[in-house]
Amino acid sequence: MKFGVIRFPGSCDEVDAQLACQRVGEAEILWHADRDLRGVDAVVVPGGFSYGDYLRAGAIARFAPVMVEVAEFARAGGLVLGICNGFQVLCEAGLLPGALLDNANLRFVFRQVSLVVVSSDSPFTRACEPDRPLSIPVKHMTGCYYAPPELLRGLQERDQVLLRYAPGHNPNGSLRDIAGVCNAARNVFGLMPHPEHAVDPLTGSIDGLAIFQSIRAAVADRLAV
Amino acid sequence: MPTVSPSDQRHRQLGLTDGEYALIVQQLGRHPRDTELAMLSLMWSEHCAYKHSRTTLRRLPTEGPAVLMGPGENAGVVDVGDGLGVAFKVESHNHPSAVEPFQGAATGVGGILRDIFAVGARPIAVLDSLRFGEPTSERSRYLLEQAVAGIAHYGNSVGVPTVGGEIYFEAAYEQNCLVNAMCLGLAPIGRLIRSAAAGPGNVLVLLGALTGRDGIGGASVLASAELGEGDAAKRPSVQIGDPFAEKKLLECSLELLESELLISLQDLGAAGLTSAASEMASGGGVGLDIDCDRVPLRELGLAPFEIMVSESQERMLCVVAPDRVAEVVAACERWETRATPIGEVTDSGRMRVRHAAELVADLPVSILVDDCPVYDLAPTEPVGVSLYPAPPATLAPDASAAETLLALLGSANLASRRLVYEQYDPIVQSRTVRRPDEADAAVLALPTGEALAVAIDGNGRRVACDPRAGAAEAVYECAANLTCVGATPLGLTNCLNFGNPEKPHVAWQLTEAVEGIAQACRALGVPVVGGNVSLYNEAPTDAIYPTPVIGMVGRLPDPARAGRLRFARAGDAIALVGPFAPTRAGSEVAKLSGHELAGPLPIMQTAAVRDAQDTVRTMVNAGALHNAHDIAEGGIGVALAECCVAGGIGARVALPAGLDPFAEALGQGFLVSGPDVALTGLAIIGRVGGDALELEGVLTVAVAELAAARDGGLARFL
Repeated sequence: MKFGVIRFPGSCDEVDAQLACQRVGEAEILWHADRDLRGVDAVVVPGGFSYGDYLRAGAIARFAPVMVEVAEFARAGGLVLGICNGFQVLCEAGLLPGALLDNANLRFVFRQVSLVVVSSDSPFTRACEPDRPLSIPVKHMTGCYYAPPELLRGLQERDQVLLRYAPGHNPNGSLRDIAGVCNAARNVFGLMPHPEHAVDPLTGSIDGLAIFQSIRAAVADRLAV
Repeated sequence: MPTVSPSDQRHRQLGLTDGEYALIVQQLGRHPRDTELAMLSLMWSEHCAYKHSRTTLRRLPTEGPAVLMGPGENAGVVDVGDGLGVAFKVESHNHPSAVEPFQGAATGVGGILRDIFAVGARPIAVLDSLRFGEPTSERSRYLLEQAVAGIAHYGNSVGVPTVGGEIYFEAAYEQNCLVNAMCLGLAPIGRLIRSAAAGPGNVLVLLGALTGRDGIGGASVLASAELGEGDAAKRPSVQIGDPFAEKKLLECSLELLESELLISLQDLGAAGLTSAASEMASGGGVGLDIDCDRVPLRELGLAPFEIMVSESQERMLCVVAPDRVAEVVAACERWETRATPIGEVTDSGRMRVRHAAELVADLPVSILVDDCPVYDLAPTEPVGVSLYPAPPATLAPDASAAETLLALLGSANLASRRLVYEQYDPIVQSRTVRRPDEADAAVLALPTGEALAVAIDGNGRRVACDPRAGAAEAVYECAANLTCVGATPLGLTNCLNFGNPEKPHVAWQLTEAVEGIAQACRALGVPVVGGNVSLYNEAPTDAIYPTPVIGMVGRLPDPARAGRLRFARAGDAIALVGPFAPTRAGSEVAKLSGHELAGPLPIMQTAAVRDAQDTVRTMVNAGALHNAHDIAEGGIGVALAECCVAGGIGARVALPAGLDPFAEALGQGFLVSGPDVALTGLAIIGRVGGDALELEGVLTVAVAELAAARDGGLARFL
């Protein structure tokens, strides 16, 4: 299978995401100005500071030409993973519910955190072992997940919260410790932690690999159908 | 021959002495025009011309087998094997940060990044060395908070990891904080590029941001004069950073180099276009014609002198063959980055600047770059006078050893830096093998399968006590940090932060410190490949401690075996390696006790220290050890406590007879632990295990208590 990783001006973690994807499949970089996904099987919207986070994190990137194709791809059921800035972009684009606000302490935070896999019933978490927390780093300025109460209830009822920060590990004030949510159709997923920075024992943990392995397995199932 | 008119003292306002102005008039055979005077005043400033430090700096050894580019280029470069080079440099942004800490620190990072990609290397790591007044001072807390936020804002946004650094708090930095930033970059050796312009007829292309009034005169007004009253009024001289513009400029510049579209490349830093163009022309032995009307401006009505000296950030200057200009412009458009031809290379040897069809400057390149007078320092050792007031005592004279250890761990200089480094991204680019607090040096994996190690160090208080020995210690301390992860040093960069060199005692501190660095470099076989000098770090009420900051880069064969500082396994033996003969001179415990600053520092037993480094490095690379940590500030007591806290495990140690647990000798002693068989032949002093640190007959403190003291030290203030 082939992943496509989008590069906006100001993306920082796109090569890291590409390297992580390449541990489970092929991966190429997609240019923000091209309305072309080059036939990839899954799209990753990576971390960084697209357009300098000017105006609001993700607010400008959602208007990039490539995002028209990403929205179309998602509507057709394609798998889209948004990491950190990518999560912000997908929320701004209306492909994911809720919004990300500045961290509660108004500072950038880097930290290795522990995540609870709330649901492994998704193409993004199916390879995660139940009851085994994931150790994955966060690094962001705008990662405090917010949704109005009725939406929060709905997310919970529809099992759309896939990852939560473990008790005591919420680094940013996110409501209900939410670290990652998917859309109602469960084919678009955004998370603030960086699974692409947890794939190599040399540089940290390898718990992020499960996310990429999940996507690979889900795509393989679909291709087999 | 025209003479200096007594009524015309503009040159003084621009920082030139009467003698320097007379020299300019003599060389030109006329008075300089306004634009020329502005250009010359900056190129002849201390910041650009090193006129008070050049002679002294010649003492530093700059050659070594791994050196690919030495001092004089935008950054030094060393060979790390398999066709790869590592570029690195440290630079100060002290005065701007003292005036406006957020932007001062942010643009300090931006400037050092451009130095690195100007030689064709992709920046892969940033480190910072910061000095502030005591955190009990509101101003110091403000400067710390804002400088750290500025570094985070810029470094995080451009996608370069901040992997290490150091912070010291001393009253001497209350008015003059220090913000030194170091960057490392990686490049295939074949893609390294120099700044020398070449080929008359080739086109000078300005890349990046618009040129505005920010930073006008930054170099002369801010960087080369003492701080004084009314510094808030200098704020317009501090540059404003835009990391998004820098990120695009970085990617775009590297793409242009990869496509082999550039003949030379240079960043615009202090003194803006004037300095960049002069250095390119001087390096290539050519002339440059620049047309100010073609420089894209942020606002209308800039005078030509403003255009020539503006320090607007995120700009680069390159030389391109005429038939490749269209390709360069197209590649830049893709990155939404401006590329504007603004002039051409000539064979005139002159810097000619036109504005509105008028020639506003026509100077020999040599007068800009080479003719600034170099001043000999008049060093005098201060005898019988105390240059710095004794610090106030904060530790009771009858404090027990346990109380002393907890006070040291919680002191501003030794407490955990977690609150600071958590604001930086240390892992972007997927190279970081050892993160902050995991080891004594940061470790970055190379595509060759080997790894780089990097550390930055400099203890100003110890240099104030004994300039030569203190500066040498900084080099040894850096080398010790590299040793503990298993790295062999390849080269170093230094930033010399001192007071006013025209004062004899400062001149003495500077010459002694440089001599100390030179001796240490020769003893360890480590060349100086580049650096920066920041003088005049004085305010009316105080002068900083003399603060040479050393950034050292090394190479290790196996990143998976890179050393860690934490005690790992109960039952491991702990050994003390090295000729460790510390004293309390210049130590943290002496500071907490309110002692006067006084030397001498312990005498460096160079051969024995080298042997100790080799022993530890060999054991780390063999994978024989479970931890390696050098003994630095706070002595062996604090070093042991740090290993315990990091590992969450205790230790029981019998110190060698007479060894003061808090006395210091930097870069000379190492703590290592591992199975007994691995430590054969070493001086075993104790064992890992339990939940307390016990120094037999001296103290016993629970690890949890040590951790709480260390974690709480800065949290009290932030």
